[in-house]
Amino acid sequence: MQNPLPSKLQSLLLSSEVCPDGHVEMKVERSHLLEVLKGLRDDPACSCNLLADICGVDYPDREQRFEAVYHLGNLDSGQRYRVRVGLAEDDAVLPSAYSLWPAADWFEREAWDMMGIQFEGHPNMKRILTHEAFQGHPLRKDYDASQRCLMTEDDLMVPDWAKEDQASADDFETQILNIGPSHPATHGTLRTVVRLDGEVIDRAECEIGYLHRCFEKMSETHGWNQVIPYTDRLNYCSSMINGVGFALTVEKMLGIEAPPRAQAIRVILSEFSRLMDHAVCLGANLVDLGALTNFWYFFQPREEIYGLLESCAGGRLTVSYARVGGLSHDVPPDFEERCRRLLKEIPPFLDDVDKLVTTNRIFRDRTEGVGKMTAEEAIAWGWTGPCLRASGVPYDVRKAAPYMGYENYDFDVPIATTGDTYARYLVRMEEMRQSLRIIEQALDQMPEGPIITGDHHVALPPKARVYSEMESLIWHFKLVFDGIHVPKGSAYGFTEGANGELGYYVVSDGGGQPYRVKVRPPCFAIFQAFPHLIEGHMVPDLIAIMGSLNIIAGELDR
Amino acid sequence: MRQPDGSSIVLTTKLQSMLAWVRKNSLWPLPFGTACCAIEFMSSVSAHYDLARFGAEVVRFSPRQSDMMIVAGTITDKMAPVVRRVYDQMAEPKYVISMGACACTGGFYRAYHVVQGVDEFIPVDVYVPGCPPTPEALIHGILELQKMIQRGETHYDRLSQKGAGNAESASI
Ligand code: SF4
Repeated sequence: MQNPLPSKLQSLLLSSEVCPDGHVEMKVERSHLLEVLKGLRDDPACSCNLLADICGVDYPDREQRFEAVYHLGNLDSGQRYRVRVGLAEDDAVLPSAYSLWPAADWFEREAWDMMGIQFEGHPNMKRILTHEAFQGHPLRKDYDASQRCLMTEDDLMVPDWAKEDQASADDFETQILNIGPSHPATHGTLRTVVRLDGEVIDRAECEIGYLHRCFEKMSETHGWNQVIPYTDRLNYCSSMINGVGFALTVEKMLGIEAPPRAQAIRVILSEFSRLMDHAVCLGANLVDLGALTNFWYFFQPREEIYGLLESCAGGRLTVSYARVGGLSHDVPPDFEERCRRLLKEIPPFLDDVDKLVTTNRIFRDRTEGVGKMTAEEAIAWGWTGPCLRASGVPYDVRKAAPYMGYENYDFDVPIATTGDTYARYLVRMEEMRQSLRIIEQALDQMPEGPIITGDHHVALPPKARVYSEMESLIWHFKLVFDGIHVPKGSAYGFTEGANGELGYYVVSDGGGQPYRVKVRPPCFAIFQAFPHLIEGHMVPDLIAIMGSLNIIAGELDR
Repeated sequence: MRQPDGSSIVLTTKLQSMLAWVRKNSLWPLPFGTACCAIEFMSSVSAHYDLARFGAEVVRFSPRQSDMMIVAGTITDKMAPVVRRVYDQMAEPKYVISMGACACTGGFYRAYHVVQGVDEFIPVDVYVPGCPPTPEALIHGILELQKMIQRGETHYDRLSQKGAGNAESASI
């Protein structure tokens, strides 16, 4: 493939190449970084409107110990770009990209917290995932994975503006309100500090990291397939999708593909998971608005889908079903029958909710025009998924960069145009029906055959052969002891998670364990816009908006 | 107690067991749900598993109204002070169920930001294993807690027997 970079940009780069997956990768000096990023954004040949992720990697043996990797994309053409910049240990400072894309806000803070890379010109450069009393930067290679730093209540983060004397211009005092992290409507562990002027929120700041479980550090200490159970716990409402996304990325690095049957099963279960995820999101959102019944309506099909997943994988919630190269084992004989039954049973539940809610006066009054996001703003903040589509941008990874054969299924990408809480509800409702359509087609076309690749560098040979053939025994032994040897290099794989683009940037040093795994969690980018979304609204609106964004703490904090 | 035929019978019991009987059958859970386990907690209270059958469905998010804290999910070092504060705000008698591998031991997160078991800072009565425990397992845990309450074997009972049944001395 030809290098699509304009020559003006090329002259600023140290090197550039087109990777086998079509992503354009470039290396750049720090002094030219901002210029290159700006060029990528503004040059009509690239016009990268999405800053997908910023990732720090530590190479202790290199002269330039750290590397920052910027992942950019053009949502219209689907072209992806990666910018890499090396940094010396004693001078790990970069210019902030916040002025180009507000999305850089939390990604840069994360790189500081985890890797110790400073960003000059960032408006709020402080720790984000760990706590204020934390010492060191845990994703550096010389940081021991089990080295803890304890925290006391005195170390609680309080924004500077909240410490000030609260007197506003019109002589009414403003008030600071702390919402979360233990609050029934924050769905887990999110904390928002707001300043109220009367009942209206005039300033807000979010604090996250209450569920930072060190996923990325844990992945560096486990084998490639052992990472999959950890991925399940990222977005635990739709764990199947996470595992598949990771497996696909590693498969890309290995240059293999899962067999067609495994692909079809992955699609079916991923779509069921998406449906469950939307059901939890909407169910919980509606409960927060006082519509409890819908929660029960949504949880019933969920239980049924759990039953299906349990029969396939053994686990209800955390399935660990995907493997690099396929699936751990085949589906039960009554799989198709069960799926078809679900296809019949689920729509009536959706219809019930539809009838109760979609034209419900109270619901519409509370959600229409609340938490509005325009398409441009949403892209600038790095939004993807249903929330972005609710603002009118028809971007769906399943269409833009199809994987697992999504190009063979006939389905629509629903969009709404108003970008408010109500629009997000509508988009999710319709997506559930589209998922059912995909499942139906996948069932019709489901091929027979193996469910995991026959390449024994990657997948264990069948047990019967291990017991009877010398060669299989050796493969088994080597794979168990050494693990999969993924070729040296890096790749960014992205799939459409339930909340948006779920990306994995994986670096391998050729060993049996990942060298670095960076997740691009969709709701991380979405939630960073939250303070701006709620300013000017009232506290009850905050609850409605938060629910509609579907923030899953496991994925947000990792 | 008055019989249907008009005669009366007298039941004798100890005040202690009477109280225990009352307490064990109306546990009000405070779900301290942080992660994946909380989703399974939601399943437990939903229609299919129906925790109401065991008298423990009145989920209260206010520590002042509940007496059984269910720690469901991973607790990180950042979250620990919050858990402790919520626990301290609960009125006695209070019980703690630690739901899931993470809350019991840190689970498979042997990591720099994860508490290796909530019993590092609050007393736990029942540990429910699993990742996540199935709703059946959680219900089993609650039934076990009920038995412990009846037998007077919870942390609360032990501390109050020592004559020091207040929140301060419950700290370990
Ligand atoms: S025990 Fe397992 S399911 Fe429960 S919170 Fe921990 S990781 Fe999640």
